[in-house]
Parts: sequence; structure tokens; C-alpha cells
Amino acid sequence: MTLASPQDFRARLAAANGVEAAPVRLAALADLARERRAFLETIQLDAALARTPGAGEGIEPLRLALLSAGTTDHLLPAIRVAGLGRGLRLETWAAGYGQYRQALMDPASGLHAHAPEAVLFALVARDFLGAVPVTAGAEEAEAALDAAVADLRGLWARARAAGAGLVIQQSFLDLEPELFGGLDAVVPGAPARLVAALNARLAAAAGAEGVLWLDVARAAARDGLDAWHDPLRWLQAKMAIRMEAGPAYGEMVARLIAAARGRSRKCLVLDLDNTLWGGVIGDDGMAGIVLGEGSGPGEAHLALQRYAKALKARGIILAIASKNEASVAEAALREHPEMLLRPEDFAAMAINWTDKATNLRAIAKSLNIGLDALVFVDDNPVERAQVREALPMVAVPELPADPALYVRAIAAGGHFEAASFTADDAARAGQYAANRERADLAAAAGDMEDFLGALAMEVDFGPVDALARPRATQLINKTNQFNTTTIRRSEAEVAEMAARPGAVTLWFRLADRFGDNGIVSVMLMVPAAGAGGVLELVNWVMSCRVFGRGLEEEALNIAVEAARAAGAGAIRAAFVPTEKNGVIRDLFPRLGFAPGAEPGEWVLDLAEYAARPTRIARKETGPS
Amino acid sequence: MTDAEILETLTRILRDLLGEPGIVLTPATTRPEIPRWDSFSYVTFIVAVEVEYGIKFHLTDVESFETVGEIVAKIKELKA
Repeated sequence: MTLASPQDFRARLAAANGVEAAPVRLAALADLARERRAFLETIQLDAALARTPGAGEGIEPLRLALLSAGTTDHLLPAIRVAGLGRGLRLETWAAGYGQYRQALMDPASGLHAHAPEAVLFALVARDFLGAVPVTAGAEEAEAALDAAVADLRGLWARARAAGAGLVIQQSFLDLEPELFGGLDAVVPGAPARLVAALNARLAAAAGAEGVLWLDVARAAARDGLDAWHDPLRWLQAKMAIRMEAGPAYGEMVARLIAAARGRSRKCLVLDLDNTLWGGVIGDDGMAGIVLGEGSGPGEAHLALQRYAKALKARGIILAIASKNEASVAEAALREHPEMLLRPEDFAAMAINWTDKATNLRAIAKSLNIGLDALVFVDDNPVERAQVREALPMVAVPELPADPALYVRAIAAGGHFEAASFTADDAARAGQYAANRERADLAAAAGDMEDFLGALAMEVDFGPVDALARPRATQLINKTNQFNTTTIRRSEAEVAEMAARPGAVTLWFRLADRFGDNGIVSVMLMVPAAGAGGVLELVNWVMSCRVFGRGLEEEALNIAVEAARAAGAGAIRAAFVPTEKNGVIRDLFPRLGFAPGAEPGEWVLDLAEYAARPTRIARKETGPS
Repeated sequence: MTDAEILETLTRILRDLLGEPGIVLTPATTRPEIPRWDSFSYVTFIVAVEVEYGIKFHLTDVESFETVGEIVAKIKELKA
């Protein structure tokens, strides 16, 4: 995105500030927050935000605490503004300079009063490794690193004990001057080596503990340390991250929290001509388009294909929206010798002469995902502008004129930030592509029952144990449509709920003749407080990929059996309507639940429940 | 670049920063005269001025400025 001119920004901020109704004003501020801006404009935007109370439609409140070795007050406006741009109303609290240990340990501290849902540790390596002499041998250096990692893990545990489901650790900046030169990376006790080793070890520990990693060290390696750290401001005001880097820092923080709250995007929609390849296939023909090794521009387009393919390998869905003759474009995708992406890599293809906004709507509908899950990449500024105007919820990266810089421009948006990575993620993009084949079968079968029978579905299931927990948590946090309560959970919370006496937790995995869909549904049921024999269904989510196949019925059949085995006589459920879960508005009555005492509450009497017929077989080897 | 132009720019920056469109700066203005122009917003102001003019004040200068006029003079010197 281009940097708006200060005059333009000032006028738009004044216009937003002039809006009386707080929710409308908030939406206008959120629009401004989604644009790139300098730090002084960020402060003005934050001041306007402070005057606008409450959350709003599609904006989720979240309490964040910053525990820092230095000053972070100058970063808070940027964090709040970037959060707003990603649908989060962040209420921030920052520990005083160097006060993070006291804040964690003193139950009467402001930290505990703030009751943070997320805690960010922004510390300085010298506090942990400064005592290691440069003459330290390998063993002494290792022991110091072990102690530093153990210390930090202890801080994470305290943050969790304070109620923070999300713990974020910032990587350590290497602020050390050159001491030896090249040997700084080699000598065991050299400060630079210690910082690098601490980052490597701590990242591994963070991965193992579900702590999110805010990698400012990598950002500094990319942009240069000077872009992120100003020695003057460190000496003068103990700012480890310089003020000018605030907007970029805020983006990184907001993006990570948004990912953990299921707000990252899922699908990359690509244009073809002058994007996936150079030239126009309809005019230049197969031999005339620019793609592949041997020429710089050809390699630039190939680099974009390679990037898309790598995103697909980590589970991002690929789609095409192109104004072209479908047969001509598809032939190029199939037959061009240098083409890295082939038709089977795409889960949806809209190649026609319709406008792009209409095609993006069709793509989202066919994949059963929201428009706010799409990132649209097109070299043509007119197409980009049309989509931004018609569909503001679609992310449209501003591409530079030179294709050599496309990959960098798309990656800089950070739209595909992930809070975790599981084997199911990796398989996902292929599963969406397999859905295209299922749709073909559905068209051929004609009758719904015939289709479901022909799918030869098999469900596997089990309790949400340590093995299933990462994927189950992820599904709870990213599912928006089939989500009965939209209550998000951290892995630690899921573990705690599963461990409660009498709790019933279930994951469901669905396979069919086209492949294994992985874990596609999760249920969490805990004994209701003050009501013996009642299980409370506090979370039920299901991936939109498997809607309409009878899995909700079969999952309930299984849940009822498990609930009876746990000694329950009834299941109580709540439906909390949101902007996105209208698809299951009548789920509970449809499944035989009766209205409960409160509005939105539903009760299933297990004594009267008769298993509902479905076309899904249970996997033989699974638990029963 | 005249003293008046620089003064006008500094005024705009401080108004934006503190959200006070009524602020008026003169060469003789000192920080305590402006409400909420504390040491933290002073550092923010200095960085905003550095970004605006593409300059970098020395740490000793930042800590020794008494009046707005001294800041104006230093900007002229650094841009010369």
C-alpha cells in the first residue's frame, strides 16, 4: 500500500473524528488503520481511537500486557492501531521500565489487575547473558544459555498462571558491537554468538510450549539494525525499538495475535497474464509468454509461482481469477514446459470475462470460506482498485511495477501469519483441490443420498489428548462458520478443560474415497456447575469443508454415547450468534435439542435420544 | 528555509502530537509553558522533527535545548 500524504490523512482523520455514532467512527478509524502510516499519524489515530469507546461489529476486544526491559510506551499506540486494522480492540497495559519480574510475581500488581489475555515479553539479551565472560569455554557458555532459557520459561509459566492464554516472546536483537569480527559467531563466549544461540534455543522452546515468537531479530536482519534500533534513544529513554519502527512493530504484534485468534487469511487468488507469467497468453501464445529459467523477467514470474507453491505446501489454498479464454489459459497451465503451478494446484479457477469482484465472490462461495479469507494478487492497478472498492474485506497487496519485487510485496503484507503448524495444515490445500472432484461426483450422482453413499465416508474419533491438542485448539480458534459459541481457547485452557473430572472432549477425523480430510471437528463438554449429570457443550466447531455430509449427526451420535458413558443424563448447549455462524442458526433444534431455560440455550435429554441415521461408517481401529 | 517556516512546521508537529490545535509556539517558548509537553512527548517531538527534516540531533543538543528558538537554530545549522 502506498503511504497516504499527510494532508490526505489529516482530512480523513478529521472526517472520521466528526462522526457522532461511535461504531461508525470506529469503522472509519479501522479503515485508516489498515493503511500504511508514519509514527506521528499513528499517534493521532490512536488518540482518536481512545475517544471512541467500545468494540464494534466484527471487532474483538483483547487485553494485552507488555513486559519489557525498556520503555514501550512509544510502541503502544502503534500496537493498538495495528490491532484495530486486524479486527482487534487491544486494551494495553505496560509494566514500568525493568519492572517485569515484580509485575509477574506480585499478585497486587497492575498486571494482575489488568487480567491480560495475552502477555508479550520484550526483553534485552544483556539482562540474561551479560555476565558471561568472553573467555568462557563452550561448557560455561552452554550452561549460561541453559540457565537463560530456564529463566525465560519460568517467566512464561508465571504469565500463564496470571491467566494469559497467549504468551508472546520477542526474539532478542543483537545489539553488540563487533568484538573480534568473524570470530564473533564462533567464540563460545562472544556476545553476538550468545544472542544467536539464545534465539535459536528459545524459539525451539517456544514452539514446544505453544508460545508465539515475535521475530524482530529477523526483521532487523532484513531491514538493517538501524531501522529498528537507535542507540541514542536507548541511551536517552531506554527505547530498545526505535520510535520510527513503531508502526512496523505494531503490525508484527497485531498480526501474530490476529493469527492466534483465527483472523489470518486462507487463500491466495492469482491473476494470470503479467502476474503468474509475463505477457498475455491470448495475444502472445504459449511460445510468447515470459516464464522460466534463462531470463531475469522469466525467473521473476517463476519466483512468484515458487512462492505460491511453497504457501500451498504449508496449507494456503490457491485459486485463479483471470480475464481470459478459459481453454487457452488452462492449456498454458497444463502444457507450458516451465510452468511450476499446474491446474491440480488450484482449488478454484475463475477464468472468464466477468469482473474480478464477482469472480472473487464465486471463488469464496465455491471454497465455502469468507471473502475476508482472500488475498488477491493482480498486476493491473485498475483491477486492484475495482476489488478494493467493491470488496474492502479482501486483502489486495499493492504490487510494484517490476515483477521482480512481487514476492516481497505480497510477503510484506503478512496476511498468512500462522500461530501454529500441524500436519493437517500441510494437507489442507490438497484437500480443497480434492473437493473440486467431490463436487464433480455430486453433479454426476444427482441425488444427495446417492452422492453421500458414493463418497464412502469413514469417521475416526478420540479424546482431545496431548497429541490432538494443537490441531484441536487451532480449529477452535480459526473456525468462524460452524462454531456454536465462538469462544477462543489457548492450548493450556483446552488441556485444563479436558483434565476436569467428568469432562468429555472429542475430535473427529473424516476420510472418504478422495482422501483424508484430517481432524475436521472438535467438541468440548464440561460438567455444568451446579447441575449434576449435565454436560455443558462449551465449544463445537466443524470445518466448512465437510458441511452437509451428515458429520454433525454422526458426531452427536458419538458424543451422546461418550456422555452416557461418563454418567451424564443431558447435554446443555448454547448458540451464540455472530456475523458468520448463521449457517448453523438452527443446528440444535435440527438435531433434536429442546429450548432451555435461557434464550439461546438448548438441552438434549440423553435418555430419549435415538441415534440418527447417517451415511458415515466408523473406523474399525478407532476407539469406540 | 526561514525561521518562520521552521517555527510553523514545529507548531504543526506539536499540535498533531498533543492533539491541541490551539498551541502557538514562539522562539521564546519553553516546554513547561505547554501543558502535557512532558519528557516523553518531548522525545516523540524530537523524533518527529528529525523525520520531518531528515536530520539527527546530537544527544547533548536534545538534552540542552531550553527554548524553541534554540531548536530552530539547530535545524538551520544541520540543514545548512
